Amino acid sequence: MGDIVKQPGRLRPAPENFLSEDQVKAVATGRRDFLRKSFLAAGAAMAAPMVARASEGDINILENPAWTTSLGLPVATNPYGVPSKYESQLLRRESPGLARVGGASVSFAPLQGLFGIITPSGLHFERHHQGWHDIDPSKHRLMVNGSDDSLLKKPKVYTLDELMRMPSASRIHFIECGANTGLEWGNVAVPTVQYTHGMLSCSEFTGVPLKHLLEDCGVDYKKARYVLAEGADGSSMTRTIPMEMVESGEVLVAYGQNGEMLRPENGYPLRLVVPGVQGVSWVKWLRRIEVGDKPYATKDEAVHYIDLMPSGLHRQYSSVQEAKSVITTPSGGQTLLDQGFYNVSGLAWSGRGRIKQVDVSFDGGINWKTARLEGPIQNKALTRFNINWVWDGKPAILQSRAMDETGFVQPSYGQLRAVRGTKSIYHNNAIQSWKVIESGEVSNVQVL
Amino acid sequence: MFRFSKTILVFALFGASTAAFAFDNFKGIGRQATPAEVKAWDIDVRPDFKGLPKGSGSVDKGQELFEEKCASCHGTFGESNEVFTPLVGGTTKDDMKTGRVKGLSSGELPQRTTFTKVATISTVFDYIQRAMPWTAPKSLKPDDVYAILAYMLNLSEMVPADFVLSDKNIGDIQKILPNRNGMTTDHGMWTGASAAKGGIGNGGKPDTSNKACMKNCKTEVKVASSLPDYARTAHGELYDQNRPFGPVRGTKTLGGEAAAAPAAVSPAMEMATKNGCMACHGVNNKIVGPSYNEVLSRYKDQTDAEDRLVAKVKAGGQGVWGSIPMPPNGHLKDEDLKTLVKWILSGAK
Repeated sequence: MGDIVKQPGRLRPAPENFLSEDQVKAVATGRRDFLRKSFLAAGAAMAAPMVARASEGDINILENPAWTTSLGLPVATNPYGVPSKYESQLLRRESPGLARVGGASVSFAPLQGLFGIITPSGLHFERHHQGWHDIDPSKHRLMVNGSDDSLLKKPKVYTLDELMRMPSASRIHFIECGANTGLEWGNVAVPTVQYTHGMLSCSEFTGVPLKHLLEDCGVDYKKARYVLAEGADGSSMTRTIPMEMVESGEVLVAYGQNGEMLRPENGYPLRLVVPGVQGVSWVKWLRRIEVGDKPYATKDEAVHYIDLMPSGLHRQYSSVQEAKSVITTPSGGQTLLDQGFYNVSGLAWSGRGRIKQVDVSFDGGINWKTARLEGPIQNKALTRFNINWVWDGKPAILQSRAMDETGFVQPSYGQLRAVRGTKSIYHNNAIQSWKVIESGEVSNVQVL
Repeated sequence: MFRFSKTILVFALFGASTAAFAFDNFKGIGRQATPAEVKAWDIDVRPDFKGLPKGSGSVDKGQELFEEKCASCHGTFGESNEVFTPLVGGTTKDDMKTGRVKGLSSGELPQRTTFTKVATISTVFDYIQRAMPWTAPKSLKPDDVYAILAYMLNLSEMVPADFVLSDKNIGDIQKILPNRNGMTTDHGMWTGASAAKGGIGNGGKPDTSNKACMKNCKTEVKVASSLPDYARTAHGELYDQNRPFGPVRGTKTLGGEAAAAPAAVSPAMEMATKNGCMACHGVNNKIVGPSYNEVLSRYKDQTDAEDRLVAKVKAGGQGVWGSIPMPPNGHLKDEDLKTLVKWILSGAK
């Protein structure tokens, strides 16, 4: 199985670090019993009888480790808890060369190692347009006004104190950047699911339905059919939102994320939540809502976040994230440990509602099996799917295909490119393929 | 009697929903915004020029401002691809007539610039006004914005060198914008009302239609693209981006040398990265500005090098290393500037 190192029980972590040069040579010449002794020497106080006992079974069972035979740390040692020191590999990461300045860049969430549907707040993907700030909530204001006095009776200003007194809602929703998987429109470009699909996260958001605020200001729904949302950062990012979504009650002015306040990188202390719509519309550090009778053609809906079609026309105001899915385990840049049983696991989502079905293929899309969906299945939220697989050691191509409650089925690359060409950048929801070779290495490929 | 109570119920519900539309319905919450407050924040400019401030600016004035405030990122002629994608280029006189940038469909364009894409001139005005320059957004007066935009229009060969752009003639610019007819909203990805109902788009009808076929869906599997070799290693050691336990391991992409712990990043390097310095200056390589080691070799024998460089980084400047100016960095604290300069003068390690 290539250079994968096996661990206790069957496998053990790489022991190279505590072998001397002579010991390494001894291992290289085939004295593998020596390796086991060295491992013991480093792992616990060396005692000759223990080595003898190792033949009786797993030393991790036969000898109680330090954490079983000593006093642990007291409560509140970490007043704000942090992940285990063994979890340092799963981090938000940038894709080299994607952007020249960190203030206008992206960091991707490590989907390859996450479980369930909630993204830990510290691993939520980031996209900033002009850097991020940690805003003093006591100085933050939300203004609601109209492009015209006739659209809104009374422009108002709200403080956090006031917004947090209002009726709140808590809902789980995915957020996906419109450019997620954008590097892959033309061909395979990046190695792992972190970089192909990691501009995707899912949280429980808490906030005030925007319609409450608009109605509190006396909005005229007949005339005001569009909303402009504006951020308080340097870019004061702006996007046009349809009033129909606001009226439905879905759009939230959110302050909470996964039980605590939003993280600064995700818009602390206020962000807009626009379920099912691409992340750029979820304006962070939200400072102003304007109601209008026309769309606004802001920079991020007139120069960027427009989809180039083969005709040379750009699609403008494309907003919804259509049904999409991806297998996260196993995925590109990973290697299977051995032949045998695997729980193949992944994520599915749709901006048009709930996920209804996810099918998985192990032969590149010739035959498909329906995966288990982990419930409750929520509206415009990530849905975790799992399916059993016994790998026989032969090459395979793994794919997942989502269907949402509207009956829409995630397209293949061939189908998507037939309509939209290869230069769109945005809204690539094609079926992802992972190729497994005999060594167990998984890599990114595209199947038409 | 039953019928009667139902009527009352319906009436009551109707009453409740009417009450929900009453305004000021959260007693004690929020207050009226003052006209000055609305004016301070309501700076957006719409395609119909609603919100456009009065003012004017010449191409000449715009060139001066552009070189001072914009060229460090965008290049003297708005053509630079070093930090951001280029602003101008790729449009023709013919595109100005048709309102469609031909290079977008012919595939002749090596890269899309702002002016090959934008269909609404208001967008460019709005964005410069709200977000530029990069390190000092909202510092430009309306006349400055008109001037900078006038210069960009001149670079795009849309207006002559003696042109003065103003709130009075910006509408004429819209009529010659090269890609003004280049947008379509005929798609299913708008989440509001359709064009047929006075909104945008086709009402949510998707443009692909796959079927959930389950058996013998095709006869062969055609792999159209695989991960290129260079891309396998371009994202670093993948083994270290996965847990060292669980059902899989990260694939070892870099081999043994990557097993060594990554070199610690100095706090000054972190500061330089965080504040965007590294976008224009490499440690050993020139990007837009000189490399730190070039700066070091020029200043290393000067006794007052530290003070002089702190002042230069703070105020910005031009001419020492060429015509592309460095923007001022007044937003950095003096002590941080000193840390950065000391780090540069000690070899930027």
